[in-house]
Amino acid sequence: MDKTQLLIALALTLFSLGLVGVIVRRNLLVMLMCMELMLNGVNLSLVTFAQEAGAAVGAVLVFLIFVVATAEIAIAIPIVLLLVRRRHTLDADAYADLKG
Amino acid sequence: MGTLTLIALLPLAGFLLNGLLATRLSGHPFGKRFVTVVGCGLPILAFLLAIRALVELRAGGYVPLQEVVFTWATIGREPFEVAFHFDRLTAVMVLIVTGVGSLIHVYSTGYMRDDESYARYFSYLNLFLFFMLMLVLGRSLLVLFVGWEGVGLASYLLIGFWFEDPEKAAAGKKAFIVNRIGDAGFLLGMFLLYTAVGTLDMDRINAAFLATPAPAVSATLVGILLFIGATGKSAQIPLYVWLPDAMAGPTPVSALIHAATMVTAGVYMCARLWGIFASAAGASELIAWTGVLTAFVAATIALVQTDIKKVLAYSTVSQLGFMFVAIGVGAYGVAVFHLYTHAFFKACLFLGAGSVIHALSGEQDIRKMGGLRGKIPVTFWTFAIATAAIAGLPPLSGFFSKDEILWFAFASDQGGSAGVFALAALTALMTAFYMFRLLWLVFFGASRLDPHAAAHVHESPLSMTGVLAILAVLSAIGGFLSIPHFLEPMLPLPGIQPSRAGAHVPIVVMSVLLGLAGLAGAAWFFAGKGERAEAVKARFAGLHRILSGKYFVDELYDLVINRPLLWVSENVFLKLSDRALIDGTLNGLAALAQRTSGVMGRLQTGHLHLYVLLALVGTIAVLFWGWRHV
Repeated sequence: MDKTQLLIALALTLFSLGLVGVIVRRNLLVMLMCMELMLNGVNLSLVTFAQEAGAAVGAVLVFLIFVVATAEIAIAIPIVLLLVRRRHTLDADAYADLKG
Repeated sequence: MGTLTLIALLPLAGFLLNGLLATRLSGHPFGKRFVTVVGCGLPILAFLLAIRALVELRAGGYVPLQEVVFTWATIGREPFEVAFHFDRLTAVMVLIVTGVGSLIHVYSTGYMRDDESYARYFSYLNLFLFFMLMLVLGRSLLVLFVGWEGVGLASYLLIGFWFEDPEKAAAGKKAFIVNRIGDAGFLLGMFLLYTAVGTLDMDRINAAFLATPAPAVSATLVGILLFIGATGKSAQIPLYVWLPDAMAGPTPVSALIHAATMVTAGVYMCARLWGIFASAAGASELIAWTGVLTAFVAATIALVQTDIKKVLAYSTVSQLGFMFVAIGVGAYGVAVFHLYTHAFFKACLFLGAGSVIHALSGEQDIRKMGGLRGKIPVTFWTFAIATAAIAGLPPLSGFFSKDEILWFAFASDQGGSAGVFALAALTALMTAFYMFRLLWLVFFGASRLDPHAAAHVHESPLSMTGVLAILAVLSAIGGFLSIPHFLEPMLPLPGIQPSRAGAHVPIVVMSVLLGLAGLAGAAWFFAGKGERAEAVKARFAGLHRILSGKYFVDELYDLVINRPLLWVSENVFLKLSDRALIDGTLNGLAALAQRTSGVMGRLQTGHLHLYVLLALVGTIAVLFWGWRHV
């Protein structure tokens, strides 16, 4: 197995771990962390393919994605905080007000 | 601002001042004086301006005065202007409307003195004058129509003035709705005229119909449609039923709107558009016969009515019928002449009736009157003069106009016929009879008053008796001003059939004799305790029941028109369309949405994990499909 295949496998593993985490865990913070894992898995695949194609653009784009991800988490964490302040729990199922 | 515009706008200002301002001052002693000054002052001012306009018209050699106020709309190249027009005919009408109108305003200050809605009353009355002046001053049929509808509105408001009484409110509604039927015909006539002639300017319409080639439209059809409008406003068969009920309004309103001015609007319109009727022999014949039948039918009903205002109301319907006879035989100026004399004597009669009702604290039944001659002398004398005038005794005004109508009904070469004449003459006899009957029952004989009312009998205040005296003088001498002659340059009189030219003097003599016969008949029947009248009544009990039931026309209309309409409204429009179709569709759609959302809502479990899983499954399915198919 060459290096590229290894990296892609790693990326897939990261993504899958994140996805399983989002699906099975109920703690909001853990779910957020798992989402970051998924994002980084995708990022890794992006860099890998960019390397493979010999395009520096991919590497630059990854930095942009880091910035966006930071901004996103900077919004998501306060939202979680506010939710917790209201209901005193991190359980995602507690926030099912729109249930039909 | 020109004189004509000012004439029309002064009453409007009165309406706004009294309607918006003075209703807030009610209760304040200054408020009532303000209402009186504004409500009477502005119409009097309008009357003075109308005289000035007449002087201007004379000075200008009777070239019509024109004033364009503004352009309402321009369609194609034809502008629709709100424009006023003042010629001989308008002058007569404006002077009647503002003159008699002002007198009745002054009378109302006495009659309505203790009414709590004094300001509202005067604002409506001024509103009426404004629309009536629009009607008579308008140069185009469109402006006339605005006034036409406006006076209908004012009439509705004033008939239902005491709207706490459901019967009076219903009378107002009846007047309004019956008039709408006529207006539908009027509107259709206007549309037809506009399509055919391309203008609604009345002088240009007349010119177009009198020119050769005539417009490519049947003058008879246009004439009949316009006449349908006139039957509504001027209370002719078959739409006369609203006018007797309109007596629910205050008596000065009956005098102004339902006797002197508004109800003559149809006659004015026909005279103003004489070019159409002069070239429509069929329509003219229909008008003459409708007029004479209305006159006859209304007169027979008036013979047996016992409410003082109802007698006068049917008499008004009957006199309006006479005017339409004149229109129908082409004597347009004569119709306006009768309109003019009728305005005086009928206003005087109605105001006199108001004075009687006022004296008797609200009693309107002539069976409970009698012997009032000495107790309210001014009312008696004015009422007697006006009665003699309407009966056509010389030299009072009604004699001249009614005689002219009878003469032209017989001898006009535009449809004068012996049949119309005979029926009109018979009606003239009945008119004299029922009017003298009224005079007898109210003022002569023994008193049949309610003892309670008898204690309070009093002559009315000067504001009322003064007006009565002026109107009585006008009814007496008004006939010496020959309106047909004054209008002849504008409304030519019809020619005389050569074979009948010699009949003028016999007809004059006959018409005087008819008036005297009516007088003598009434005196003979109702002398003493009226045993002779009672005997006749007992002898012809069936006929009496039909007449006092007003031929049961209201009941007939109710059965033939109202009930089927109500049935259709109830069953087709309400139950089938409204409830089943419209409400059913809406409610069905709403129920469907509700049920669907109940089912779909179950998918919203609130479990984020499930959503993610479903999204995952979906993504995988899409990818799989893409892999297999792309």
